Amino acid sequence: MTSINLAALQQEGYTEVATLPEVLADRPMHYCPGCHHGIAHRLVAEALEELGQVERTICVSSIGCSVFIYNYMHLDTVEAPHGRAAAVATGVKRARPDAFVFTYQGDGDLASIGLAESMHCANRGEKLSIVFINNTVYGMTGGQMAPTTLPGQKTTTSPGGRCASTEGLPLKMAEIMAGLGGVAYSARVATTSLKRIVEAKKAIKAAFQCQIDGRGFGFVELLSACPTNWRMTPLQANERVEKELIPYFPLGVFKDDANDPACSVSGGDS
Amino acid sequence: MHHVLINEERCKGCLLCTVACPKEVLEQSARFNQQGYKVVEVARQDDCTACAACARICPDFAIRVFRKKSAKPKGAKGEQA
Repeated sequence: MTSINLAALQQEGYTEVATLPEVLADRPMHYCPGCHHGIAHRLVAEALEELGQVERTICVSSIGCSVFIYNYMHLDTVEAPHGRAAAVATGVKRARPDAFVFTYQGDGDLASIGLAESMHCANRGEKLSIVFINNTVYGMTGGQMAPTTLPGQKTTTSPGGRCASTEGLPLKMAEIMAGLGGVAYSARVATTSLKRIVEAKKAIKAAFQCQIDGRGFGFVELLSACPTNWRMTPLQANERVEKELIPYFPLGVFKDDANDPACSVSGGDS
Repeated sequence: MHHVLINEERCKGCLLCTVACPKEVLEQSARFNQQGYKVVEVARQDDCTACAACARICPDFAIRVFRKKSAKPKGAKGEQA
C-alpha cells in the first residue's frame, strides 16, 4: 500500500517534508517503543549532515542500549569498553586530528563507570563532542539505579526508591561539565515535544561547532524516556520527563564560550 | 490536502506522534502489525498542515509527510523550506 501511494504522490506534485538524513540507515531499530534514542540518533545525523561533517566523522559508541549505533548510522565507528568512550575518543582525535569525533553515551556509561574518563577528557579540553543520553536508569541491563536516578525513584536495585542519605543525589552532568576549564559548550535539552526537539538540535549543532572551530570540548545532555524500565507507557514516560526530570535537571545552556569571552579556552594544546 | 504515510511494520505503537500532532490527525488503530504492536493510523487527513511534527518525533522513522504544492501561479516558487 505504501509503495503505490508513494509513486502516486510524487507524480501528483507532493514533496516530502522532513526527509530522513542519508547518514541514517533505513532499517528497524531494536529500541523499545517510545524510547527517545531514535529521536536522538536522528538529531545527531541531521546535525552532522547540516554541518557537512559526515565524511570525516568517526563515531565512538559506548556500552548501553545505544551500543548498536553503528547499525543505524553509516559512520565509521569505534566500539569503546564500558565507560571509556571519552578516553577512546581522545586517542582517535589525537591520532586523527582532521577527523570529527563524537561519542554517544548513556548515563550509566558516562556518569557512573566512565565518570573519570569523561571528566578528565572534558577538563583537558579535548577537541571532541559528547552526546549524553540521560534516562535516569541503566537501560540495557534491566533498569538498575544509575547516578542520575531521581530521589525516590524505584529501580531494580533501589526497590524502596532512591534514598538521598544512603545513595546520594543525582549527578547533574551538564552543570558539572560546565564547571570544567576545557569545556567550550555544555547544555541540557530534552526531546519530548517538537519545540524541545528543535532546541535540542540547536544545542547539538552548537556543541559540534565547537569542535569544528577547534574551540574545545562540546557536551550535550539529552533527557530521555525509558518506558520499559520506568514501568510506564511511552506517553506516561514522555510526561514524566516533563513533570519530574526537567524540574530536577533544568534545561538550558550552562556554558558557551562563543557568547562569553571570559570562559574561552586558552592553552591546554599540546 | 497534505499526506501522511505510516510504515505500519516500523510503527511500535508508542503514540508519541498522537500527542505531537497539533491537529490530532493521528490516532491508534485497532490493527496489529507483525511485531504485535498496535499501530497508529491517519484518522483526519484533511486537518493535516504538513508541519511534520509526527515525523520528527517518531523514534522509529515510521512516518513520512508529503506537502501538496500550493496552487500558486507559476514562477512564485521557493515557498517550502
